[in-house]
Amino acid sequence: MRKRCGKTSEPAINMASPPKPVDARTLAKLQRNISVAEFFEKNKHLLGFDSPTRGIVTTVKEAIDNALDACEEAGILPDIYLGIFRADNDLFKVVVEDNGPGIVPENVPFVFGKLLYGSRFHQIRQSRGQQGIGISAAVLYAQLTSGRPTLVISRCGSDHPAYLFRVMIKTEINEPDILESRETSWDRLHGTRIEIEFKSSLTAKKRLIDYLRYTSVVNPHARLKVEIDGESILFDRASEEPIIPPEAILPHPHGIEIGELKRIISTHDEPLASFLVSNFSRVGEKTAFEFLDIAGIEKTRAADSLTPKELSGLHSAMQKVKVPPPPAARCLSPIGEALIRQGLEKEFQFDFCSARTRPASVYHGHPFIVEAAIGYGGRLESDGNARIMRFANRVPLMYQQGACAITGSIGDVNWRSYGISQSGLPTGPVLILIHIASTNVPFTSESKDAIASIPEIQREITLALQELGRDLKTFLSRRDKTRVIEERALAICAIIPEIAAKVAETIEEPVPDVSPIEGRIMRKLVAKKKTENGMVSITIRNYTSHAVDLTLYIISSDDIHKTEPKPFFIEDIGNDHSGVWQISLKGGEEWKCSYPGSGHGMIDVRGIDEKKKVVVDLDHS
Amino acid sequence: MTIHKKAVKDEALRRLLKIPRHWFDQISAGELPSITMPTRTKKNLAYDEESQVWKYGDRERFREAASEKSALHILKMAYVIWFLKHQIRDNRSSTLRELYYISEGWKRAKFAAQNDSNLLIEDLEILTDVERENFNLRPEEDGASIFGPLKLQEDTRRGPKAIHCQDDVGEAGYQIPTNVDSLDFLEHDARMVIAIETGGMYARLIENGFDEKYQAILVHLKGQPARSTRRVLNRLASEFKLPVTVFTDGDPWSYRIFASVAYGSIKSAHISEILVTPSARFIGVQPSDIRDYDLPSDHLTEQDIAALKAELSDPRFEGDYWKNQIELQLELNLKSEQQAFAARGLDFVTNEYLPARLSEMSII
Repeated sequence: MRKRCGKTSEPAINMASPPKPVDARTLAKLQRNISVAEFFEKNKHLLGFDSPTRGIVTTVKEAIDNALDACEEAGILPDIYLGIFRADNDLFKVVVEDNGPGIVPENVPFVFGKLLYGSRFHQIRQSRGQQGIGISAAVLYAQLTSGRPTLVISRCGSDHPAYLFRVMIKTEINEPDILESRETSWDRLHGTRIEIEFKSSLTAKKRLIDYLRYTSVVNPHARLKVEIDGESILFDRASEEPIIPPEAILPHPHGIEIGELKRIISTHDEPLASFLVSNFSRVGEKTAFEFLDIAGIEKTRAADSLTPKELSGLHSAMQKVKVPPPPAARCLSPIGEALIRQGLEKEFQFDFCSARTRPASVYHGHPFIVEAAIGYGGRLESDGNARIMRFANRVPLMYQQGACAITGSIGDVNWRSYGISQSGLPTGPVLILIHIASTNVPFTSESKDAIASIPEIQREITLALQELGRDLKTFLSRRDKTRVIEERALAICAIIPEIAAKVAETIEEPVPDVSPIEGRIMRKLVAKKKTENGMVSITIRNYTSHAVDLTLYIISSDDIHKTEPKPFFIEDIGNDHSGVWQISLKGGEEWKCSYPGSGHGMIDVRGIDEKKKVVVDLDHS
Repeated sequence: MTIHKKAVKDEALRRLLKIPRHWFDQISAGELPSITMPTRTKKNLAYDEESQVWKYGDRERFREAASEKSALHILKMAYVIWFLKHQIRDNRSSTLRELYYISEGWKRAKFAAQNDSNLLIEDLEILTDVERENFNLRPEEDGASIFGPLKLQEDTRRGPKAIHCQDDVGEAGYQIPTNVDSLDFLEHDARMVIAIETGGMYARLIENGFDEKYQAILVHLKGQPARSTRRVLNRLASEFKLPVTVFTDGDPWSYRIFASVAYGSIKSAHISEILVTPSARFIGVQPSDIRDYDLPSDHLTEQDIAALKAELSDPRFEGDYWKNQIELQLELNLKSEQQAFAARGLDFVTNEYLPARLSEMSII
């Protein structure tokens, strides 16, 4: 808040700089209050509405963020519909409908028709939206470009009626302008639907779809049904577990700024020590006494009696004392390694995917958790830079990739040592996902496109990526090894027959059968039948590295009753005898049997994958 | 064709075809084709007391077609054997270089470089104990030449020819054929054999009549001597019991020429017995000659110094003589060519230096 108030003075000065010097009184006539709505009207880029192309992405993003947040708070599995229709040449209608808890009718005008109205701004916990600017900024943008009001339908449950509103914003005073409000009938039991019309274009359609896909990846519990200009896409859910909504926590003494401390303290008249204990995270009596000792303030003084000087002394004392980090587990909701993988796999079908959720950490008293994932191969393109997916509190960051600390941290990792080529960013069929969950994500600007460079966060990103890099390296080297073995085996299997042919030609003999050798090289099971001097011998050799249980079948007119070892089962069919043997062979073991005869008939082996066996009948070659 | 020749040819074929027969049996039994042969490295050279030559030791290398490289090696060998079989049977012959070019048409089995095919032929010599000449393979380089009081008979295409190596030859001498087995040494009037590294010095000795005056058979080595040249030296030494001396430049590379004559080489250690002349001795140029005769000289290069130091640890250069000479050369930091003696006049080498060295060595 304070920052933005500071900025409001800029246009004031601009307006008050006429070419000639003027006195203070003349200036005073020009000086007046500026509403936030007016301010943002002039500074649309600060909220991500710099161009019509981008406006549509931002609007969709704000509406869907709100829908997901609402469902999450109510413990509902989100079912969201998004429709984008071309109403006129460059006039578009965006419809977003969710199955969230709905908004009570009294609040609807404020949520959509007043900037900086929200439930989450004063809470310390992880959420997508925070300041209550996003969706009302979209309403503002709509009325600026199309002049049309925004339509909202909301219903809070089956025992409540649905209400319909048409809302605009009175920019000069930042208050809602309700053009229509009435009860209506709606088939949803609970939820909210908004329809916003503004001038835009669909040149950013691909980015819009990317945004939806990315959203679906980090919100695997959500189902997104999308209809864009006649094209339908469904991003289905990969998980049936609703997210446990993070709880709000008290501010941490290290994270608080002096202005905020002043605001909280002014509403409390209890003794300072108990005020500190009950209004801050991780502050017990001992810690509170320590603050006050350093600041040199009596423990029993009433909280609201501090002078500005004492207040600043207390604030700096609070920063000096060591306080345990805030309870991240309660206020943050990381996606989790398994769900990140599921979400990614669903969209990309990788050859390799690994995810990490780092332990919670703290910067400036704000708890945060870094999550990262690396995907390799699958449907990723093999050329060019790695695909980078950045998220903050489950919201995809779609713009200003180059200005983001996440991108910087990715480029700083030495990817070559993990077997990935690199030119600044890693290159090749690689996807890198980074999610930062925090009670206060440090964006570089209010348009929330890029994360600021905070050493604590960058360090966590680097650690997560290094861990994943090691996983990837293991995968790559194992894959390469397997590939080398296979290529070598194939090469040998191509050369051996040539040797056999040349050798046979030289010594003028028929070309010998090389399939048993191939079986050995390719690590297969080889069964051979050979007849010599009136004895038929069957040899089965297991060249695989694991044990196999086999069934050997011999069908022959030879008298296989005399076979050693004896068959498990034998049956006579006309002149032929059909024998069955059950054989267990460990890796590398051999089994033999023989019987007198002419070598008539056939043999077969079952119980092993066709690709893993070679049956050779030397009497019929 | 003589009966003897036919027997040699049949034996060569028989031994050669044992190899593919072995592979055929292996493949038929479901085994990978393989070969076993001595490792051909410096480490596997052992001195054979009886024959006084260096041969391959006991280390063996087992090669099985279980890797792409080994399988290709065996495939190439199968092709070469197939080719040699036809060549021997049809009484044709080819050079090592021609064999390399013939392999161009063998697709996967073709050789990448001539050195590969040369090495493979040597492998076959080792495996069969048959010399490549009996596979009708010859090196393309000319044999070196002989000049001196020696009468021999060569089995030529036009029948046997008796040749006297002074009377029946020109100024360049008699050219040694690639297959020394076709020679019969009939008679001689020599007291010694001198093998000479450079053509210039060989011509100088002939021009100065050294062969007549000292009854010497002069053999031109032409640098690192070909097998046929070494075989001639071996046979002259063993058949006529003549003392053999080697006269080279005074640098480490020339000492290696001497070593290959007197002790053998790593590449051909399998046929050391017929190639090496253990009785051969080194005349010069010795490092001490550079000093004593104040010969025109060059400084040693880094490679020369490294080669000299390697020779100090080479088992073939063991003994005080070489140790002293090499250490002296390193100290002098100088090397000289044979023809540096010309600085003292064209007759100096034949009138002064060689007679002095030969009497020092008790040959005259």
